[in-house]
Amino acid sequence: MKQFISFVNKEFRHIFRDKRTMLLLLGMPVVQMILFGFAITTEVRNINICTPQTWNYDPQIRIMEGFAANPYFNITGTIGNSQEIDEVFREGKADLVIVLDAQRTNPAIQLIADATDPNTAITEVAYATRIIHEAQQVAVTAIPQGQIIPNVRMLYNPQMKSAYNFVPGVMGLILMLICAMMTSISIVREKEMGTMELLLVSPVKPFSIILSKAVPYFVISTANMLIIILLAVYLLHVPLVGSMIWLSIISWIYILVCLSLGLLISTVAQTQVAAMLISGVMLMMPALLLSGMIYPVENMPAILEGVSCIIPARWYIAAVKKLMIQGLEITYVAKEVAILLLMASFLLTVSLKKFSLRLQ
Amino acid sequence: MITVENLTKSYGEVEALKDISFHIDAGKIFGIIGPDGAGKTTLFRILTTLMMADSGQATVDGLDVVKDFARIRHCIGYMPGRFSLYQDLTVEENLHFYASVFNTSIKENYYLVQDIYKQIEPFKKRRAGDLSGGMKQKLALSCALIHRPKALMLDEPTTGVDPVSRKEFWSMLQRLKEQGITILVSTPYMDEATKCDHIALMQKGRLLSVDTPERIVAAYPDVLYAVTGDNNYRLLCKLKENKEVKMCYISGESLRVIFHKNNVPAIEGVEIRQVAPTIEDCFIQLMQ
Amino acid sequence: MDYAIIVEELTKRFGRFTAVDSISFEVKKGEIFGFLGANGAGKTTAMRMLCGLSIPTSGKGSVAGFDIMNQTEYIKRNIGYMSQRFSLYEDLTVWENLRFFAAIYGIKDKEIERRGVRVLQELNFYEERNTLVKDLPLGWKQKLAFSTAIFHRPGIVFLDEPTGGVDPLTRRQFWELIYQTADSGITIFVTTHYMDEAEYCNRVSIMVNGRIEALGSPANLKQQYHAESMDNVFQQLARV
Repeated sequence: MKQFISFVNKEFRHIFRDKRTMLLLLGMPVVQMILFGFAITTEVRNINICTPQTWNYDPQIRIMEGFAANPYFNITGTIGNSQEIDEVFREGKADLVIVLDAQRTNPAIQLIADATDPNTAITEVAYATRIIHEAQQVAVTAIPQGQIIPNVRMLYNPQMKSAYNFVPGVMGLILMLICAMMTSISIVREKEMGTMELLLVSPVKPFSIILSKAVPYFVISTANMLIIILLAVYLLHVPLVGSMIWLSIISWIYILVCLSLGLLISTVAQTQVAAMLISGVMLMMPALLLSGMIYPVENMPAILEGVSCIIPARWYIAAVKKLMIQGLEITYVAKEVAILLLMASFLLTVSLKKFSLRLQ
Repeated sequence: MITVENLTKSYGEVEALKDISFHIDAGKIFGIIGPDGAGKTTLFRILTTLMMADSGQATVDGLDVVKDFARIRHCIGYMPGRFSLYQDLTVEENLHFYASVFNTSIKENYYLVQDIYKQIEPFKKRRAGDLSGGMKQKLALSCALIHRPKALMLDEPTTGVDPVSRKEFWSMLQRLKEQGITILVSTPYMDEATKCDHIALMQKGRLLSVDTPERIVAAYPDVLYAVTGDNNYRLLCKLKENKEVKMCYISGESLRVIFHKNNVPAIEGVEIRQVAPTIEDCFIQLMQ
Repeated sequence: MDYAIIVEELTKRFGRFTAVDSISFEVKKGEIFGFLGANGAGKTTAMRMLCGLSIPTSGKGSVAGFDIMNQTEYIKRNIGYMSQRFSLYEDLTVWENLRFFAAIYGIKDKEIERRGVRVLQELNFYEERNTLVKDLPLGWKQKLAFSTAIFHRPGIVFLDEPTGGVDPLTRRQFWELIYQTADSGITIFVTTHYMDEAEYCNRVSIMVNGRIEALGSPANLKQQYHAESMDNVFQQLARV
């Protein structure tokens, strides 16, 4: 036991003495949260629109007022004739242009959007349509018989904030990065430095070498998880509706998966650079792209969806969404927990088997 | 203490060890002398149980290096070729760590490392990476000794270390030997051979000779002459064409020459005197 | 007498620390000069100044006829350098290495071809010209590295521990090559802390704590310090 404690001690010293790594480890979650929270957001704001010069009739004026009052839209100019439409798009003055036929009392409204970024364009049009609808609803006091107007409720995320989606994603990403990349690097560093040779000729059991590497990163990961949750709740106002205990437990299982992945990488890689590349390319990229954090898994082609099944981050992110945002009971994430547990035991067995008692 | 029988090891097509056999008596300093690529490190790795030989056997303190590897790991101290301590830990932390790895403490075995550790103790709060070459080496030796090993295996401990530190290092080994520790040490420097009780000359995975340095020198078959002139290079060219000369090469400030049938010709302006061969001369002779 | 290196009261300070403390010496053309000292004695700093990589704090000197204060670019063009650690690209072939280093010094392709073939033939390497350097034995690599370092016919070649770790026979052959080069008029400047390497030099200087404490031929120094080997001379000086 004393042996083990001094091992863990040593690992902590390695981490604390390397100021840059330390900063990276603790600064990264904060930076990522702020980046995703404020800079990289899938919400569309500050939409520049150009409107017709004249709004004559009642519903048109109300529509106009609707746009002017809406915080998501900025009216940046007016359009006199159809030639000017191309012009404002080219000059970047407008993301969206509203055109109407002023001659009729019940005017046809045309929305012209810059669809270079299709997702943004669709969202802009949807916002605009809603404003137009609302304006009309006020106008038509009595709903004509037979007309069905859907009553929409956005469950769990009534304001459609993207933070609800990316907070679980960032958790999955950061924990993966810290656990897998850092453990693999720290083991490979000992190989590179030659200290592994000395440890192997000592009576230390390989299992305790590995365990002692895991402990510090386990602690740091837990700290990071708490930082992310705190930032999410107090800075980005994402509610924590589910049980904190279950959230922690499932995170620890996920951390275990990542630690074993890191271990597996360390048995393959011979240099720190190789370890970094392998964890970067083989772990980070798929976790970023295929986990459902950015692109919904359901929209992927069948092959990629299949691939995403073996990505631990996918299951973890799904579970966190259910637990944290939806506030579901643990029974609803049984599948995710089971898959993660299975992955952890498989990876741990393989990597412990591969961790050699001797040099190659 | 250590026996090696018919050890062979290859990496792919490269044969690192070819049928190596020798034994080392307890309480002796045994030197493995050979250039880079001779197979010294491979031999050390097999004896320290880090690697398995393709064939052949080896024992350390009566324990088989394959079957009893766990027990051997308790009773040997190993210093790998490169400096293998934690550069970001302090001197004291390194020693403390290695003591705890072997389930012992600095206090318990302090008497053993005292001699060496005292010299670096003033810098015990300094990080190992900031030490000079000689001090690093002392720290590494202290760490290898802290669990009171029966046998010490030092792979090229003096490579890249300045002459003063090298000399100090060899006298430290002498004192450890007096405490009854068996020492296996390798070096590429021929001049260090005389510091060992027994030496094995090694080249390209083979042993050229295993004996005491004195007996290896005594077994030199030819009479060796030192030849000195004004311009050694021109002299060398001239001697190479001389039919009386069996072999000649540069050695420091003079040339070493072996004459056929020991017929020493008189050459003008050239000083010729008989000299005793060194281990280096023996190595060259054995290589041919 | 022609001098390849002349140095007078050369000093280099880093802040308050004096790495090289007012050293003076000359190296004759075609001489094999050993530059000895323990780790941290100031050898590397002094050599960097001679190679034009670092500007002295004070003092003056010339290397291959160029001033070490303000003609460092000319110095670099007229010296060769070989270190034990880095000398050749392992993943390039013998010929590619030779061509690359020759091209750095601005030698024309035709000239490289002509001289390269001759150099390789002299070393008996011609058959191996398309072999990757990493597949060569250590002794061959060193010879090749040396030939590459003198390929552009520099006035002086700096060797940093050139024969560490090779077997005695290869080492002898290597020194033969060095002697041959010196005989052709190229000055050889060897830095090392292996005293048996020092014995091969015409003259050696021993640096201790930034100063040159001894200078002379190995035989003279041994006599002066009543020592039977250079190692012993060094021990006496470095212990002070």
